Amino acid sequence: MREVAVVGAGMTAFGEIWDKSLRDLFVEAALAAIDNSGVDKVDYMTIGCMSGGLFVGQEHLGSLMADYLGIKNLPAARVETACASGGLALRHAFAEVASGMSDIVIAGGVEKMTDISGDGATFALATAADQEYEVYHGATFPGLYALMAVAHMEKYGTTREMLSAVSVKNHNNGSMNPFAQYPFKVTADQVASSVMVADPLRILDCSPITDGAAAVVVTTVEIAKKLGKPYIKVLGSGHATDKIALHSRHDITTLQATEVAAKKALEMAGKKIKDIDFAEVHDCFTIAEIVVSESLGIFEKGKGGEAALKGETALDGSFPINPSGGLKSKGHPVGATGIAQIVEIYKQLTGQAEGDRQLKNSPKLALAQNMGGSGGSTLVHIMEVA
Amino acid sequence: MFPARDWREYPHRYRLEAYKCKKCGTIVFPRRLVCPECGHREFEMEILPDTGKVLTYTVIRVAPSQFSDEAPYALAIAELTNGVKLTAQLVDCEVDDIKVGMEVRIEFRRVQTDSHHGVLSYAYKFVPKWY
Repeated sequence: MREVAVVGAGMTAFGEIWDKSLRDLFVEAALAAIDNSGVDKVDYMTIGCMSGGLFVGQEHLGSLMADYLGIKNLPAARVETACASGGLALRHAFAEVASGMSDIVIAGGVEKMTDISGDGATFALATAADQEYEVYHGATFPGLYALMAVAHMEKYGTTREMLSAVSVKNHNNGSMNPFAQYPFKVTADQVASSVMVADPLRILDCSPITDGAAAVVVTTVEIAKKLGKPYIKVLGSGHATDKIALHSRHDITTLQATEVAAKKALEMAGKKIKDIDFAEVHDCFTIAEIVVSESLGIFEKGKGGEAALKGETALDGSFPINPSGGLKSKGHPVGATGIAQIVEIYKQLTGQAEGDRQLKNSPKLALAQNMGGSGGSTLVHIMEVA
Repeated sequence: MFPARDWREYPHRYRLEAYKCKKCGTIVFPRRLVCPECGHREFEMEILPDTGKVLTYTVIRVAPSQFSDEAPYALAIAELTNGVKLTAQLVDCEVDDIKVGMEVRIEFRRVQTDSHHGVLSYAYKFVPKWY
Protein backbone atom coordinates (compact mmCIF):
# COMPACT_ATOMS: atom_id res chain seq x y z
CA MET A 1 0.00 0.00 0.00
CA ARG A 2 1.14 3.54 -0.72
CA GLU A 3 1.44 6.01 2.16
CA VAL A 4 -1.62 8.28 2.22
CA ALA A 5 -1.86 11.97 3.11
CA VAL A 6 -4.49 14.68 3.55
CA VAL A 7 -3.09 17.79 1.91
CA GLY A 8 -5.91 20.30 1.94
CA ALA A 9 -9.11 20.82 3.87
CA GLY A 10 -12.12 23.07 3.60
CA MET A 11 -15.63 23.45 4.94
CA THR A 12 -18.60 25.75 4.75
CA ALA A 13 -19.97 27.52 7.78
CA PHE A 14 -22.34 25.10 9.56
CA GLY A 15 -25.86 26.23 10.41
CA GLU A 16 -29.21 27.05 8.92
CA ILE A 17 -27.85 28.23 5.58
CA TRP A 18 -31.00 29.34 3.74
CA ASP A 19 -29.19 30.99 0.82
CA LYS A 20 -27.22 27.88 -0.19
CA SER A 21 -28.46 24.65 -1.76
CA LEU A 22 -27.11 21.10 -1.46
CA ARG A 23 -24.91 21.60 -4.53
CA ASP A 24 -23.78 25.11 -3.48
CA LEU A 25 -22.63 23.80 -0.11
CA PHE A 26 -20.72 20.84 -1.50
CA VAL A 27 -18.98 22.76 -4.28
CA GLU A 28 -17.98 25.54 -1.86
CA ALA A 29 -16.29 23.03 0.47
CA ALA A 30 -14.66 21.08 -2.37
CA LEU A 31 -13.24 24.25 -3.93
CA ALA A 32 -11.91 25.37 -0.55
CA ALA A 33 -10.13 22.02 -0.15
CA ILE A 34 -8.74 22.09 -3.70
CA ASP A 35 -7.48 25.67 -3.35
CA ASN A 36 -6.03 24.91 0.06
CA SER A 37 -4.11 21.90 -1.29
CA GLY A 38 -2.70 23.43 -4.46
CA VAL A 39 -3.53 20.37 -6.60
CA ASP A 40 -4.12 21.05 -10.30
CA LYS A 41 -6.09 17.87 -11.09
CA VAL A 42 -8.48 15.45 -9.41
CA ASP A 43 -8.76 11.75 -10.30
CA TYR A 44 -11.73 10.66 -8.20
CA MET A 45 -14.34 11.98 -5.78
CA THR A 46 -16.30 10.31 -2.98
CA ILE A 47 -19.26 12.12 -1.45
CA GLY A 48 -20.65 11.19 1.95
CA CYS A 49 -24.35 12.05 2.16
CA MET A 50 -26.91 10.28 4.28
CA SER A 51 -30.04 11.15 2.38
CA GLY A 52 -30.14 13.76 -0.36
CA GLY A 53 -33.24 11.85 -1.42
CA LEU A 54 -35.26 12.43 1.73
CA PHE A 55 -33.90 15.86 2.65
CA VAL A 56 -34.14 17.56 -0.75
CA GLY A 57 -35.32 14.88 -3.20
CA GLN A 58 -31.91 14.65 -4.87
CA GLU A 59 -29.98 11.43 -5.44
CA HIS A 60 -27.21 10.75 -7.98
CA LEU A 61 -24.83 13.14 -6.25
CA GLY A 62 -21.76 11.80 -8.10
CA SER A 63 -22.95 13.25 -11.37
CA LEU A 64 -24.41 16.42 -9.87
CA MET A 65 -21.38 17.42 -7.82
CA ALA A 66 -18.78 16.57 -10.51
CA ASP A 67 -20.86 18.62 -12.95
CA TYR A 68 -21.12 21.66 -10.68
CA LEU A 69 -17.50 21.35 -9.64
CA GLY A 70 -16.71 21.77 -13.32
CA ILE A 71 -14.51 18.69 -13.70
CA LYS A 72 -15.47 16.89 -16.90
CA ASN A 73 -16.10 13.14 -16.67
CA LEU A 74 -14.71 12.95 -13.12
CA PRO A 75 -15.51 9.54 -11.63
CA ALA A 76 -17.57 10.40 -8.56
CA ALA A 77 -20.04 8.61 -6.33
CA ARG A 78 -22.07 9.13 -3.19
CA VAL A 79 -21.39 6.68 -0.37
CA GLU A 80 -23.66 6.06 2.59
CA THR A 81 -23.50 4.61 6.10
CA ALA A 82 -26.09 6.97 7.65
CA CYS A 83 -24.40 9.59 9.86
CA ALA A 84 -21.04 7.88 9.23
CA SER A 85 -21.18 8.58 5.48
CA GLY A 86 -18.43 11.21 5.72
CA GLY A 87 -16.05 8.78 7.43
CA LEU A 88 -16.87 6.23 4.74
CA ALA A 89 -16.04 8.77 2.02
CA LEU A 90 -12.59 9.18 3.59
CA ARG A 91 -12.09 5.41 3.76
CA HIS A 92 -12.96 5.00 0.08
CA ALA A 93 -10.59 7.83 -0.83
CA PHE A 94 -7.89 6.20 1.33
CA ALA A 95 -8.38 2.89 -0.50
CA GLU A 96 -8.30 4.58 -3.93
CA VAL A 97 -4.99 6.28 -3.15
CA ALA A 98 -3.35 3.50 -1.12
CA SER A 99 -4.09 0.94 -3.82
CA GLY A 100 -2.73 3.09 -6.63
CA MET A 101 -6.09 3.32 -8.41
CA SER A 102 -6.03 7.13 -8.12
CA ASP A 103 -3.43 9.72 -7.13
CA ILE A 104 -5.60 12.63 -6.06
CA VAL A 105 -9.06 12.13 -4.56
CA ILE A 106 -11.56 14.53 -3.04
CA ALA A 107 -13.32 13.05 -0.01
CA GLY A 108 -16.28 15.24 0.79
CA GLY A 109 -19.47 15.17 2.77
CA VAL A 110 -22.65 17.20 2.63
CA GLU A 111 -26.15 17.41 4.06
CA LYS A 112 -28.89 19.97 3.46
CA MET A 113 -31.29 19.39 6.34
CA THR A 114 -33.30 22.59 6.75
CA ASP A 115 -35.25 22.54 3.48
CA ILE A 116 -37.86 20.32 5.16
CA SER A 117 -39.83 20.54 8.39
CA GLY A 118 -38.46 19.26 11.69
CA ASP A 119 -40.86 16.34 11.38
CA GLY A 120 -39.51 15.52 7.92
CA ALA A 121 -35.96 15.65 9.25
CA THR A 122 -36.90 13.39 12.17
CA PHE A 123 -38.31 10.88 9.66
CA ALA A 124 -35.23 11.05 7.43
CA LEU A 125 -32.85 10.57 10.36
CA ALA A 126 -34.92 7.71 11.77
CA THR A 127 -34.30 5.72 8.58
CA ALA A 128 -30.90 4.92 10.11
CA ALA A 129 -32.67 2.81 12.77
CA ASP A 130 -34.65 -0.42 12.31
CA GLN A 131 -37.73 0.90 10.54
CA GLU A 132 -40.04 -2.06 11.35
CA TYR A 133 -38.87 -2.93 14.87
CA GLU A 134 -37.82 0.39 16.42
CA VAL A 135 -39.20 3.35 14.44
CA TYR A 136 -42.57 1.61 13.89
CA HIS A 137 -43.10 1.57 17.65
CA GLY A 138 -42.40 5.29 18.04
CA ALA A 139 -38.62 5.37 18.50
CA THR A 140 -36.74 8.54 17.57
CA PHE A 141 -32.97 9.07 17.54
CA PRO A 142 -32.92 10.99 20.81
CA GLY A 143 -35.11 8.15 22.11
CA LEU A 144 -32.65 5.42 21.13
CA TYR A 145 -29.71 7.23 22.72
CA ALA A 146 -31.89 7.88 25.76
CA LEU A 147 -32.40 4.09 26.06
CA MET A 148 -28.62 3.78 26.01
CA ALA A 149 -28.27 6.59 28.59
CA VAL A 150 -30.71 5.04 31.07
CA ALA A 151 -28.96 1.67 30.78
CA HIS A 152 -25.55 3.33 31.27
CA MET A 153 -26.78 5.31 34.29
CA GLU A 154 -28.30 2.16 35.78
CA LYS A 155 -25.18 0.02 35.26
CA TYR A 156 -22.42 2.53 36.00
CA GLY A 157 -24.00 5.35 37.97
CA THR A 158 -23.50 7.92 35.20
CA THR A 159 -25.25 11.15 36.23
CA ARG A 160 -26.98 14.22 34.81
CA GLU A 161 -23.93 16.29 35.83
CA MET A 162 -21.68 14.06 33.71
CA LEU A 163 -23.94 14.39 30.64
CA SER A 164 -24.07 18.15 31.13
CA ALA A 165 -20.27 18.36 31.41
CA VAL A 166 -19.94 17.01 27.85
CA SER A 167 -22.27 19.68 26.47
CA VAL A 168 -20.59 22.49 28.45
CA LYS A 169 -17.13 21.42 27.27
CA ASN A 170 -18.13 21.08 23.61
CA HIS A 171 -19.91 24.43 23.57
CA ASN A 172 -16.84 26.01 25.15
CA ASN A 173 -14.62 24.59 22.37
CA GLY A 174 -17.14 25.47 19.66
CA SER A 175 -17.34 29.07 20.91
CA MET A 176 -13.84 29.45 19.40
CA ASN A 177 -14.75 27.83 16.06
CA PRO A 178 -15.78 30.40 13.41
CA PHE A 179 -17.49 27.62 11.40
CA ALA A 180 -19.71 26.43 14.29
CA GLN A 181 -23.50 26.58 14.17
CA TYR A 182 -23.81 27.39 17.90
CA PRO A 183 -20.56 29.18 18.81
CA PHE A 184 -21.62 30.10 22.34
CA LYS A 185 -20.98 28.75 25.81
CA VAL A 186 -23.61 27.08 27.97
CA THR A 187 -23.60 26.38 31.70
CA ALA A 188 -24.33 23.07 33.39
CA ASP A 189 -27.48 24.62 34.86
CA GLN A 190 -28.70 25.67 31.41
CA VAL A 191 -28.17 22.13 30.10
CA ALA A 192 -29.89 20.55 33.11
CA SER A 193 -32.92 22.84 32.83
CA SER A 194 -33.32 22.80 29.04
CA VAL A 195 -36.40 21.21 27.46
CA MET A 196 -36.71 17.44 27.81
CA VAL A 197 -36.68 15.59 24.45
CA ALA A 198 -36.47 11.93 25.48
CA ASP A 199 -35.77 11.31 29.18
CA PRO A 200 -33.07 11.81 30.36
CA LEU A 201 -31.84 13.64 27.26
CA ARG A 202 -32.64 17.34 27.02
CA ILE A 203 -32.33 19.63 24.04
CA LEU A 204 -28.84 20.75 25.15
CA ASP A 205 -27.76 17.09 25.16
CA CYS A 206 -28.64 16.83 21.45
CA SER A 207 -26.73 17.84 18.33
CA PRO A 208 -28.74 20.15 16.05
CA ILE A 209 -30.17 19.89 12.54
CA THR A 210 -27.62 21.53 10.28
CA ASP A 211 -26.76 22.46 6.70
CA GLY A 212 -23.13 22.18 5.72
CA ALA A 213 -20.37 20.52 3.76
CA ALA A 214 -16.72 19.64 4.28
CA ALA A 215 -14.01 18.27 1.99
CA VAL A 216 -10.39 17.12 2.10
CA VAL A 217 -7.90 16.31 -0.63
CA VAL A 218 -6.42 12.83 -0.24
CA THR A 219 -3.22 11.89 -2.05
CA THR A 220 0.07 10.05 -1.52
CA VAL A 221 2.66 11.32 0.95
CA GLU A 222 5.04 11.57 -2.01
CA ILE A 223 2.74 13.90 -3.98
CA ALA A 224 1.88 15.87 -0.83
CA LYS A 225 5.58 16.58 -0.26
CA LYS A 226 5.96 17.91 -3.82
CA LEU A 227 2.95 20.20 -3.42
CA GLY A 228 4.80 22.00 -0.64
CA LYS A 229 1.65 22.63 1.44
CA PRO A 230 1.02 21.47 5.01
CA TYR A 231 -0.15 17.85 5.06
CA ILE A 232 -0.90 15.09 7.54
CA LYS A 233 -0.55 11.31 7.15
CA VAL A 234 -3.48 8.90 7.32
CA LEU A 235 -1.98 5.91 9.13
CA GLY A 236 -4.99 3.68 9.60
CA SER A 237 -8.61 3.15 8.66
CA GLY A 238 -11.10 0.92 10.49
CA HIS A 239 -14.70 0.16 9.62
CA ALA A 240 -17.19 -2.09 11.39
CA THR A 241 -20.91 -2.67 11.72
CA ASP A 242 -23.10 -3.80 14.60
CA LYS A 243 -26.68 -5.05 14.74
CA ILE A 244 -28.94 -2.25 13.54
CA ALA A 245 -31.51 -2.48 16.35
CA LEU A 246 -30.32 -1.52 19.80
CA HIS A 247 -32.37 -4.30 21.42
CA SER A 248 -30.58 -6.99 19.37
CA ARG A 249 -27.21 -6.23 20.96
CA HIS A 250 -25.82 -8.16 23.90
CA ASP A 251 -24.81 -4.98 25.76
CA ILE A 252 -26.27 -1.56 24.95
CA THR A 253 -23.91 0.27 27.31
CA THR A 254 -21.03 -0.24 24.89
CA LEU A 255 -20.60 0.31 21.14
CA GLN A 256 -19.10 -2.81 19.62
CA ALA A 257 -18.67 -1.40 16.10
CA THR A 258 -16.60 1.42 17.61
CA GLU A 259 -14.46 -1.06 19.56
CA VAL A 260 -13.79 -3.16 16.45
CA ALA A 261 -13.23 -0.25 14.04
CA ALA A 262 -10.80 1.38 16.50
CA LYS A 263 -8.89 -1.86 16.96
CA LYS A 264 -8.53 -2.28 13.19
CA ALA A 265 -7.47 1.34 12.61
CA LEU A 266 -4.93 1.29 15.45
CA GLU A 267 -3.50 -2.04 14.28
CA MET A 268 -3.08 -0.71 10.74
CA ALA A 269 -1.41 2.41 12.15
CA GLY A 270 0.81 0.37 14.47
CA LYS A 271 -0.33 2.50 17.42
CA LYS A 272 -2.06 2.09 20.77
CA ILE A 273 -4.90 4.23 22.06
CA LYS A 274 -2.59 5.69 24.74
CA ASP A 275 -0.34 7.03 21.95
CA ILE A 276 -3.17 9.26 20.65
CA ASP A 277 -3.01 12.94 21.65
CA PHE A 278 -6.65 13.92 20.98
CA ALA A 279 -9.81 12.73 19.24
CA GLU A 280 -12.77 14.03 17.31
CA VAL A 281 -15.69 11.73 18.14
CA HIS A 282 -19.36 11.39 17.23
CA ASP A 283 -21.18 13.24 20.04
CA CYS A 284 -24.61 13.25 18.40
CA PHE A 285 -25.85 13.16 22.02
CA THR A 286 -23.88 13.76 25.22
CA ILE A 287 -24.24 10.10 26.23
CA ALA A 288 -22.74 9.10 22.86
CA GLU A 289 -19.47 10.90 23.63
CA ILE A 290 -19.27 9.18 27.01
CA VAL A 291 -19.92 5.68 25.64
CA VAL A 292 -17.63 6.25 22.64
CA SER A 293 -14.77 7.41 24.90
CA GLU A 294 -15.11 4.09 26.76
CA SER A 295 -15.55 1.93 23.65
CA LEU A 296 -12.41 3.46 22.12
CA GLY A 297 -10.55 2.43 25.28
CA ILE A 298 -9.62 6.02 26.23
CA PHE A 299 -11.33 5.45 29.58
CA GLU A 300 -12.41 2.28 31.38
CA LYS A 301 -15.97 1.06 30.93
CA GLY A 302 -18.23 3.18 33.10
CA LYS A 303 -15.60 5.89 33.70
CA GLY A 304 -16.26 8.09 30.66
CA GLY A 305 -18.78 10.31 32.42
CA GLU A 306 -16.55 10.88 35.42
CA ALA A 307 -13.63 11.74 33.10
CA ALA A 308 -15.74 14.36 31.32
CA LEU A 309 -16.86 15.84 34.65
CA LYS A 310 -13.25 16.06 35.89
CA GLY A 311 -12.18 17.96 32.77
CA GLU A 312 -9.97 15.19 31.38
CA THR A 313 -11.50 15.66 27.92
CA ALA A 314 -11.20 19.48 27.92
CA LEU A 315 -8.69 21.30 25.69
CA ASP A 316 -6.16 21.25 28.54
CA GLY A 317 -7.15 17.82 29.84
CA SER A 318 -5.23 14.55 29.68
CA PHE A 319 -7.10 13.47 26.52
CA PRO A 320 -8.87 16.32 24.70
CA ILE A 321 -12.05 15.24 22.88
CA ASN A 322 -13.79 17.33 20.24
CA PRO A 323 -11.66 20.49 20.22
CA SER A 324 -13.82 21.59 17.25
CA GLY A 325 -16.90 21.83 19.48
CA GLY A 326 -18.11 18.45 18.30
CA LEU A 327 -21.44 17.76 16.70
CA LYS A 328 -23.09 19.45 19.68
CA SER A 329 -21.78 22.97 19.10
CA LYS A 330 -20.24 22.88 15.64
CA GLY A 331 -23.40 21.31 14.17
CA HIS A 332 -24.22 17.96 12.58
CA PRO A 333 -24.97 18.01 8.84
CA VAL A 334 -24.99 14.22 8.99
CA GLY A 335 -23.16 13.31 5.77
CA ALA A 336 -20.58 16.07 6.28
CA THR A 337 -19.76 15.32 9.91
CA GLY A 338 -17.15 12.59 9.30
CA ILE A 339 -15.18 14.85 6.98
CA ALA A 340 -15.58 17.93 9.21
CA GLN A 341 -13.83 15.86 11.92
CA ILE A 342 -10.90 15.36 9.52
CA VAL A 343 -10.87 19.10 8.72
CA GLU A 344 -10.46 19.80 12.46
CA ILE A 345 -7.71 17.20 12.82
CA TYR A 346 -5.92 18.65 9.77
CA LYS A 347 -6.07 22.11 11.34
CA GLN A 348 -4.95 20.91 14.78
CA LEU A 349 -2.04 18.80 13.50
CA THR A 350 -0.82 21.57 11.19
CA GLY A 351 -1.21 24.25 13.88
CA GLN A 352 -3.96 26.11 12.04
CA ALA A 353 -6.93 25.81 14.43
CA GLU A 354 -8.55 29.20 14.96
CA GLY A 355 -8.41 31.02 18.28
CA ASP A 356 -7.56 29.45 21.58
CA ARG A 357 -8.87 26.04 20.65
CA GLN A 358 -5.51 25.16 19.02
CA LEU A 359 -4.15 22.44 21.31
CA LYS A 360 -0.92 23.25 23.13
CA ASN A 361 2.18 21.04 23.13
CA SER A 362 2.01 20.32 19.37
CA PRO A 363 -0.26 17.26 19.10
CA LYS A 364 1.22 14.53 16.88
CA LEU A 365 -1.37 11.80 16.63
CA ALA A 366 -5.16 12.05 16.36
CA LEU A 367 -8.16 9.75 16.05
CA ALA A 368 -11.50 10.40 14.31
CA GLN A 369 -14.55 8.29 15.18
CA ASN A 370 -17.73 8.72 13.12
CA MET A 371 -20.82 6.55 13.62
CA GLY A 372 -24.13 5.94 11.95
CA GLY A 373 -27.49 5.13 13.51
CA SER A 374 -27.35 4.06 17.15
CA GLY A 375 -23.84 2.74 16.45
CA GLY A 376 -24.72 0.28 13.69
CA SER A 377 -21.85 1.61 11.55
CA THR A 378 -18.55 3.09 12.69
CA LEU A 379 -15.51 4.47 10.89
CA VAL A 380 -12.27 5.21 12.74
CA HIS A 381 -9.23 6.90 11.23
CA ILE A 382 -5.79 7.58 12.71
CA MET A 383 -3.80 10.60 11.53
CA GLU A 384 -0.27 11.79 12.24
CA VAL A 385 1.70 14.99 11.68
CA ALA A 386 3.94 14.93 8.62
CA MET B 1 -47.94 2.90 5.06
CA PHE B 2 -48.69 0.71 2.06
CA PRO B 3 -51.02 -2.11 3.22
CA ALA B 4 -48.73 -4.94 2.02
CA ARG B 5 -45.90 -3.63 4.17
CA ASP B 6 -48.02 -3.97 7.29
CA TRP B 7 -49.47 -7.32 6.17
CA ARG B 8 -46.00 -8.84 5.75
CA GLU B 9 -45.37 -8.24 9.45
CA TYR B 10 -48.53 -9.98 10.72
CA PRO B 11 -46.69 -13.17 11.80
CA HIS B 12 -44.49 -11.12 14.15
CA ARG B 13 -46.84 -8.34 15.15
CA TYR B 14 -50.09 -10.31 15.45
CA ARG B 15 -48.94 -13.76 16.44
CA LEU B 16 -45.53 -13.14 18.05
CA GLU B 17 -43.92 -15.82 15.89
CA ALA B 18 -40.25 -16.21 16.71
CA TYR B 19 -37.81 -18.74 15.30
CA LYS B 20 -35.44 -21.04 17.18
CA CYS B 21 -32.19 -22.06 15.50
CA LYS B 22 -32.13 -25.84 15.11
CA LYS B 23 -28.40 -25.93 15.73
CA CYS B 24 -27.56 -23.55 18.60
CA GLY B 25 -31.01 -22.80 20.02
CA THR B 26 -30.80 -19.02 19.59
CA ILE B 27 -34.28 -17.52 19.28
CA VAL B 28 -34.64 -14.76 16.71
CA PHE B 29 -37.47 -12.26 16.46
CA PRO B 30 -38.44 -11.34 13.80
CA ARG B 31 -37.69 -14.17 11.41
CA ARG B 32 -34.26 -14.31 9.76
CA LEU B 33 -32.78 -16.59 7.14
CA VAL B 34 -29.46 -16.98 8.95
CA CYS B 35 -28.78 -17.46 12.67
CA PRO B 36 -26.78 -14.40 13.83
CA GLU B 37 -24.92 -16.52 16.41
CA CYS B 38 -23.90 -19.67 14.51
CA GLY B 39 -24.74 -19.09 10.84
CA HIS B 40 -27.13 -22.05 10.66
CA ARG B 41 -30.08 -21.69 8.27
CA GLU B 42 -32.75 -23.97 9.71
CA PHE B 43 -35.22 -22.80 12.34
CA GLU B 44 -38.41 -23.98 13.98
CA MET B 45 -41.24 -21.61 14.81
CA GLU B 46 -41.87 -20.84 18.45
CA ILE B 47 -44.33 -18.35 19.94
CA LEU B 48 -42.80 -15.70 22.18
CA PRO B 49 -43.66 -15.79 25.90
CA ASP B 50 -45.79 -12.81 26.90
CA THR B 51 -43.90 -11.69 29.99
CA GLY B 52 -40.54 -10.12 30.68
CA LYS B 53 -38.81 -7.25 32.44
CA VAL B 54 -37.75 -3.74 31.45
CA LEU B 55 -34.04 -3.43 30.62
CA THR B 56 -34.15 0.27 29.78
CA TYR B 57 -36.76 2.88 28.90
CA THR B 58 -37.29 6.48 27.89
CA VAL B 59 -40.17 8.90 27.60
CA ILE B 60 -40.54 10.32 24.10
CA ARG B 61 -41.65 13.94 24.44
CA VAL B 62 -40.83 15.13 20.93
CA ALA B 63 -42.63 12.56 18.78
CA PRO B 64 -42.88 11.81 15.06
CA SER B 65 -46.15 13.16 13.58
CA GLN B 66 -47.98 9.81 13.56
CA PHE B 67 -47.42 9.57 17.34
CA SER B 68 -47.83 13.24 18.26
CA ASP B 69 -51.30 12.70 19.77
CA GLU B 70 -49.82 10.14 22.16
CA ALA B 71 -46.77 12.10 23.35
CA PRO B 72 -45.40 11.92 25.92
CA TYR B 73 -45.23 8.13 25.75
CA ALA B 74 -42.84 5.59 27.22
CA LEU B 75 -40.71 3.38 25.00
CA ALA B 76 -38.87 0.43 26.49
CA ILE B 77 -36.60 -2.47 25.67
CA ALA B 78 -37.75 -5.52 27.60
CA GLU B 79 -36.18 -8.95 27.88
CA LEU B 80 -38.76 -11.71 27.70
CA THR B 81 -38.53 -14.85 29.82
CA ASN B 82 -36.89 -16.75 26.93
CA GLY B 83 -34.15 -14.12 26.55
CA VAL B 84 -35.54 -12.38 23.45
CA LYS B 85 -35.30 -8.57 23.66
CA LEU B 86 -37.62 -6.18 21.88
CA THR B 87 -38.57 -2.53 21.69
CA ALA B 88 -42.16 -1.38 22.20
CA GLN B 89 -44.23 1.26 23.93
CA LEU B 90 -44.95 0.75 27.62
CA VAL B 91 -48.52 1.82 28.32
CA ASP B 92 -51.26 1.76 30.97
CA CYS B 93 -49.06 3.25 33.68
CA GLU B 94 -47.76 6.65 34.73
CA VAL B 95 -44.38 7.36 33.14
CA ASP B 96 -43.03 8.31 36.57
CA ASP B 97 -43.80 4.82 37.87
CA ILE B 98 -41.60 3.06 35.28
CA LYS B 99 -38.40 1.51 36.57
CA VAL B 100 -35.63 -0.62 35.12
CA GLY B 101 -36.35 -4.19 36.15
CA MET B 102 -40.14 -3.82 36.40
CA GLU B 103 -42.12 -6.79 35.15
CA VAL B 104 -44.20 -6.34 32.02
CA ARG B 105 -46.64 -8.31 29.92
CA ILE B 106 -47.16 -8.11 26.15
CA GLU B 107 -50.60 -7.04 24.92
CA PHE B 108 -52.01 -6.63 21.44
CA ARG B 109 -52.73 -2.96 20.74
CA ARG B 110 -53.18 -0.45 17.97
CA VAL B 111 -49.80 1.16 17.26
CA GLN B 112 -50.37 3.46 14.30
CA THR B 113 -53.21 4.98 12.33
CA ASP B 114 -52.20 5.82 8.80
CA SER B 115 -54.82 8.16 7.44
CA HIS B 116 -53.20 8.29 4.00
CA HIS B 117 -53.73 4.62 3.20
CA GLY B 118 -56.39 4.11 5.85
CA VAL B 119 -54.38 1.37 7.52
CA LEU B 120 -54.88 0.73 11.21
CA SER B 121 -51.71 -0.98 12.29
CA TYR B 122 -51.70 -3.32 15.29
CA ALA B 123 -48.85 -4.92 17.16
CA TYR B 124 -47.53 -5.56 20.65
CA LYS B 125 -47.09 -3.09 23.48
CA PHE B 126 -45.85 -3.65 27.01
CA VAL B 127 -48.12 -3.13 30.02
CA PRO B 128 -47.16 -3.51 33.70
CA LYS B 129 -47.51 -7.16 34.72
CA TRP B 130 -49.72 -6.31 37.69
CA TYR B 131 -52.23 -4.55 35.47
